[in-house]
Amino acid sequence: MKKLLTISVAAVAGLAFTAAAMAADIKPAVLYDLGGKFDKSFNEAAFAGAEKFKEDTGVAYRDFEIQNDSQREQALRNFAKRGQSPIIAIGFSQANAVEKVAKEFPDIQFAIVDMVVDLPNVRSVVFKEHEGSYVVGVAAALASETGKVGFIGGMDIPLIRKFSCGFKQGVLATNPEAEVFENMTGTTGAAWNDPVKGGELAKSQFDRGADVVYHAAGGTGIGVLQAAADAGKLGIGVDSNQNGLHPGSVLTSMLKRVDVAVATAFEDAMNDKWTSGVQVLGLAEGGVDWAQDDNNASLISADMKAAVEQAKADIISGKVEVHDYMSDSNCP
Amino acid sequence: MSAGQLPRWVDYGLIPLLNLAAAFLVSGLVVLLIGENPLEAVEILLWGSLGFGEGVGFTLFYATNFIFTGLAVAVAFHAGLFNIGGEGQAYVGGLGVALACLALDQYVPWWVTMPVAVIGAALMGAAWAFIPAWLQAKRGSHVVITTIMFNFIASSLMVYLLVNVMAKPGSMQPETRTFEEGGRLPFLNDLQSWFDFGTAPVNLSLIIALIACVLVWVVIWRTRLGYEIRSFGANATAAVYAGMLPVRIIIVTMLISGGLSGMMALNEIMGSQHRLLIEFVAGYGFVGIAVALMGRAHPVGIVLAAILFGMLYQGGAELSFEKPAITRDMIVVIQGLVILFAGALENLFRPALVRIFTPSRVPAVQAG
Repeated sequence: MKKLLTISVAAVAGLAFTAAAMAADIKPAVLYDLGGKFDKSFNEAAFAGAEKFKEDTGVAYRDFEIQNDSQREQALRNFAKRGQSPIIAIGFSQANAVEKVAKEFPDIQFAIVDMVVDLPNVRSVVFKEHEGSYVVGVAAALASETGKVGFIGGMDIPLIRKFSCGFKQGVLATNPEAEVFENMTGTTGAAWNDPVKGGELAKSQFDRGADVVYHAAGGTGIGVLQAAADAGKLGIGVDSNQNGLHPGSVLTSMLKRVDVAVATAFEDAMNDKWTSGVQVLGLAEGGVDWAQDDNNASLISADMKAAVEQAKADIISGKVEVHDYMSDSNCP
Repeated sequence: MSAGQLPRWVDYGLIPLLNLAAAFLVSGLVVLLIGENPLEAVEILLWGSLGFGEGVGFTLFYATNFIFTGLAVAVAFHAGLFNIGGEGQAYVGGLGVALACLALDQYVPWWVTMPVAVIGAALMGAAWAFIPAWLQAKRGSHVVITTIMFNFIASSLMVYLLVNVMAKPGSMQPETRTFEEGGRLPFLNDLQSWFDFGTAPVNLSLIIALIACVLVWVVIWRTRLGYEIRSFGANATAAVYAGMLPVRIIIVTMLISGGLSGMMALNEIMGSQHRLLIEFVAGYGFVGIAVALMGRAHPVGIVLAAILFGMLYQGGAELSFEKPAITRDMIVVIQGLVILFAGALENLFRPALVRIFTPSRVPAVQAG
């Protein structure tokens, strides 16, 4: 009887505690990859998401930029020990560390972006980059007068081939006669930050007749878009909305909403809606999209807009299925 | 102004301490400038690096890297050579460790893999130092230029191997598969029970590093080869006149130096990461130069300087963790100031100290 009483008291206390904890007491944290918080790309998008959450809710978060690989686990553990939760690790390189530390702290919620870690307390956020790329591919094919378009990737990894493959499918579905050139900038991390080479690759594609180029190359892409603007051709941005970099020369941007992923994870934790497991963000979920604003309004004709929106609707409804390169390391 | 003018405790104790104090003073000003409390920062730095088991473990883990790269620079230093290729030699040394671990880890326990990995690391590191050494000895191409060029070649070579040859299939990360138990050095936590290092990756290679210190001391100060190295470093012309072979001395010294650098990979690859990954050296090779300078190219000094830099790395990480205003770049600034005062401005306080400490001796000399 006494035992029962203790349990019920504990349960009531527990209930009271969770009620008080609801919608308030979260201590979120973000761990960036080696690129650092202000990399103008992927990590910075995560930072933007965390900042937005802070602005909307007034809840402070902690973050950390690692300096070497040993610090991944160390930082995750430091967050976990201080009771930070949820902890979001940005980038596929964090997978090993998240897997290890999440096992040690089963009561703390972890999330990882761009990689899947299969544990009960980890949310893995991956994006359907191939869908977003398909949609901008449709736009590229319609905007091209020569029937030749280009793709410039950063580091040659499966993830970037996934972008390339989706783009190619979008182009060819719209114009089966079209030709798609594909170049990767390099095989190392430096390939993400080589705007000069990006510009050269873009120029060589223009010389071969391309008049629209899509980049998925981080900082390298700045050079691609610059080259397109200089040559009077069209570029397509990636990850964040890059339309404003060269208004009138950037056809559109393929948005990959890492910021949304981060902010959503924090909000879910705050509103007690946290779910672990794989979260795939595609067109339907608003995780990827194409960017329309004043900067590219003059470039997007009504027909083009209708066609792109149609492609988007078809993908969302399942009528069109975009092949994912990473499912079989192959592009049809 | 040679060291002989000062008592040893001043030269080896007081001057480094003064340099360090100056570095921290200026760092404190920087911390003050960005609106944080410098005393609190020092407190966090010390607590983070020495205040608890795991902090100590991480400090010693980083120190292990610095002992190896510091020794490497010091050995070359004694022969008047400036080996700044520790970065590349350690990187390629990692290849030696990884090949040994990948080949053996599934079949034998770690203590069988370990000697093979040690030899692999040393051989690969030495091989990477051999060409610059040969060019210096035979062609007079300056070793500073060639070793730093070889850092870039090492980086390209390793990227090629990790991306095209050794990468785990289907992985986006350029790295090899994770080693099994047979390819992992035991953590110090598993070897003893009187001190708890928490989850810090400090491992058996710390012991190997300390053994290397003793061996370096024996070789440099107690063998004929060491005598030749030191003679050559002090005065190459005199050494040649005395019948020593410059080509042999340069090449052998650089091989030892490269081998020591290569062994740094034991700590990172076999001790901590358990896989070969891209850019794992992360500047430890260059910090080795500062460690050797601060440690006066002597193993004991190097161990102390390595621990200091280990503290800066670990305490610095804790500091930027606790104080978001102090970013990781600030930590690099503080480390840079320590290097500046301990290395480049090493002689800042020396003239003053010489003036303080010599007057009492001058009359004695005159009297004699």
